[in-house]
Amino acid sequence: MRVVIAEDLALLRDGLIRLLQAHGCTVVAAVDNGPELHTALTQHRPDVAVVDVRLPPTFTDEGLQAALAARAHIPGLPILVLSQHVEQLYARELLSDATGGVGYLLKDRVFDIGQFIEAVRRVAAGGTAMDPAVISQLLARQDQSGPLAQLTPREREVLAEMAEGRSNSAIAARLYITDKAVSKHINNIFTKLDLPPSSDDSRRVLAVLAYLNGQ
Amino acid sequence: MNTTHRTHHRPGPLTTPAYLFLLLSQNTAALILTPLVLLSALLTLIWIGLPFVILTATLLRALADSQRRTLGHLHPQGPIPSAYRPLPAGSIIRRANALITDTTTWRDILWQISALPNLLLIALPCTLLIHGTYQTLLTFTTVPLYGFYTPTTTTEHLLSLTTGLLLTTLGLYTTPKALNTYLAFNRLLLIPSEKARLTARVAHLATSRANTIDTQASEIRRIERDLHDGAQARLVALGMTLGMAEQIITHDPDTARTMLTEARETTRHALTELRDLVRGIHPPVLVERGLQGAVHALALTHPLTVHTTADLKGRPADPVESAAYFAIAELLTNTAKHSHATHAWIRINHGQGRLVITVTDNGTGNAAPAPGSGLTGITRRLDAFDGTMNLTSPPGGPTIVTLEIPCALSSPKTWPSSETD
Repeated sequence: MRVVIAEDLALLRDGLIRLLQAHGCTVVAAVDNGPELHTALTQHRPDVAVVDVRLPPTFTDEGLQAALAARAHIPGLPILVLSQHVEQLYARELLSDATGGVGYLLKDRVFDIGQFIEAVRRVAAGGTAMDPAVISQLLARQDQSGPLAQLTPREREVLAEMAEGRSNSAIAARLYITDKAVSKHINNIFTKLDLPPSSDDSRRVLAVLAYLNGQ
Repeated sequence: MNTTHRTHHRPGPLTTPAYLFLLLSQNTAALILTPLVLLSALLTLIWIGLPFVILTATLLRALADSQRRTLGHLHPQGPIPSAYRPLPAGSIIRRANALITDTTTWRDILWQISALPNLLLIALPCTLLIHGTYQTLLTFTTVPLYGFYTPTTTTEHLLSLTTGLLLTTLGLYTTPKALNTYLAFNRLLLIPSEKARLTARVAHLATSRANTIDTQASEIRRIERDLHDGAQARLVALGMTLGMAEQIITHDPDTARTMLTEARETTRHALTELRDLVRGIHPPVLVERGLQGAVHALALTHPLTVHTTADLKGRPADPVESAAYFAIAELLTNTAKHSHATHAWIRINHGQGRLVITVTDNGTGNAAPAPGSGLTGITRRLDAFDGTMNLTSPPGGPTIVTLEIPCALSSPKTWPSSETD
């Protein structure tokens, strides 16, 4: 897997390079600012890019802007955005083109190396990886009324896992239930939320996220 | 005192009579106050008039302020600030003394004494107009003029009509002139002297500076306490856990592994706490997206449905942006907590050198800034920028809060084009 990394703090950049290399990735470019990231993304067309939101020279959301610009240029270019804080606004912007291959995680999620690598692979394969903090905020906001209130606690758990971007088998493993039970819950959720059923994992996730975002 | 900016309007044919009437009544009120002023002056000579001085001066100030507002509407140079020295708290003697030594009080009295010439100035063209119109109209009827004079011959009729029309024309001609003279003269009387203006300004600045320092000091204390009890303590615990794990790793690798997992959790908690702290000091999204983006982001996570409209051509200075953001956040929190609203609307604009923000909700109203409440806090914080907060919240709602902060906008930060291609 060919990876581009954008992170301005050398300590974290080196850590990410080591981590990804140890898990069989080839780091084709590791940059520390927005313009270079843009060049690296368009030149190398990596299998996945791991990008920090805030980068020089402006130290604003330069990384996110470069990632969005590159995706406008190369639709579906897989990008995993890392940040010290999560914003619904940024999650929406990343999801707005509805093509998948996006991730948005807090930097702390790197601590759990297994899950982090899984998220990188998922994004590279065209799936999504949304931070649990983003999903719980979305769920909390929609909670008071509407169809979400009709879900059973178990269905809510499955919905949250699915919105984060996990596949059926991953959800089954995390909740200690069978694959079959997961698909049953998912069918129920889609019926209750009145969403069109889909057999494709990543399409299904995008539908759920669009629903939660109220789009 | 801060004045709200208003555009001045030239009175049209319909509003002129209304303004004339307003000016007449204000001057009549000033005339009525004359005995009270004289009485307080006399009674002060024998020391029992001090409460009267305070009462009279308060009435006079209210009247002069209302006249200032009216003049501000009419005069092309716009609003006239009122610049009274703030009254000290404490004994009647101290307050009366402050009133008597304030030169603005004496200028107010001068204006009040001018009420009689002022009345004449305004009443004369009014009388001409009214009488002229009256006489002209009555010429066409058989009703006697003022009950005793009825023109009988054609000559008399013509004479009456001619003089009536002449007087009306004279009234129409003199009204704007009299009004302009009145405006110029009274503006001169009521506009605060440079010294009074500066004195009031210094007093205001002293208060707002003290408030700013207070607010900042308590913010810093809060940050210190949060760091001390939160992240710092967690890092100590983390170091201890790691040290212990290091010691036992050879002879008890299983326990060491558990401790390392624990250490990872502690790090995560410390990070969460630091993140919340940073959000409270200066939200990262504000740095990254400016006020519009940050408020939009805030609206997205708010429990109520919040509609945001923002129209800013550039970015205000960092401190203004931050103050405005926290004020909006506080207002939204208040709305969610107390108003029973389902929707809120935020408008952000910039015009005439000030940032104007309105936050409206469809709640039950009745919001009032209690001492120590969030609303008072907002006022205090905006004070540092000469900003103002205006609250309208009738029982039954809606609540409309308007924030105004004088500031300039910088040109927007642009996304630099990638020149490395």
